[in-house]
Amino acid sequence: MARVVVDVMLKPEILDPQGQAVQRALPRLGFEGIADVRQGKRFELEVEGPVDDAALARIHEMAETFLANTVIEDFTVRVDS
Amino acid sequence: MTARVGVVTFPGTLDDRDTQRAVRIAGLEAVPLWHRDKDLKQVDAVVLPGGFSYGDYLRAGAISRFSPVMETVIEQAKAGMPVLGICNGFQVLTETHLLPGAMLRNNHLHFICRDQKLRVENAATAWTADYEAGQEISIPLKNIDGRYVADERTLDELEAEGRVAFRYLDGNPNGSLRDIAGITNAAGNVVGLMPHPEHAVEPLVGTGRTDGLGFFTSILKKLVSAS
Repeated sequence: MARVVVDVMLKPEILDPQGQAVQRALPRLGFEGIADVRQGKRFELEVEGPVDDAALARIHEMAETFLANTVIEDFTVRVDS
Repeated sequence: MTARVGVVTFPGTLDDRDTQRAVRIAGLEAVPLWHRDKDLKQVDAVVLPGGFSYGDYLRAGAISRFSPVMETVIEQAKAGMPVLGICNGFQVLTETHLLPGAMLRNNHLHFICRDQKLRVENAATAWTADYEAGQEISIPLKNIDGRYVADERTLDELEAEGRVAFRYLDGNPNGSLRDIAGITNAAGNVVGLMPHPEHAVEPLVGTGRTDGLGFFTSILKKLVSAS
């Protein structure tokens, strides 16, 4: 079965306090030099049948209507090989 | 005769019973509605109560928005039926895009539970007519995903059209843009807010005030005068 990965990230202009909290914790843990952290979501979809243009179009539609809220989030769709 | 107000229960809804009670205290008939049932049982208005529907999985309100009951609620709301979304219900309404913008994690990442002072900015909606514009009320606020966001253009539009229905007073509790606590659609039939009017309808419990009762008496007057 082929795997398609959908990554969802908050839009750059949207404040991400969770990412900020992670970033602020890093120096305390001894990880220096990380200027910024933004946290997102990754969906791994196991697709039945061929991942052709039609299947990818449906996944794109799924991401746009459901997996991401495009008011606040951007997404990317890619085939994991 | 009185009017019938449906109160939707999703898996994970918490405040449906309090909301039904508030509806009854205002003199309306409360009609429980089930998330898997498309039938709205001929109600005249619908309240989407607070809680954590579907565990807030994916995003708060994201899965509830596709439930069978919401298909009919969305259709009827577009046709003018009054709909009120409280807390999680507000999140559901933004996910349906019946109301613009979105709700995100509080900027300080803490769950908040306290009495919250608000100003009623728009007293002309179906759910606020019993208040006066500019009136200050205090009702409970309890959430972690309460930060209202929208792009600047949408915010400017909301302000220009008087669609910011409620604004936080005495400090912004969650980082909501422009201190927005609740908004209305252009027609004034769909209203959403994060604080909980249904928890402030009896002097003995909640805030000790009845500042939230006006939501339910507003809709009573609207529905009874329309019939």
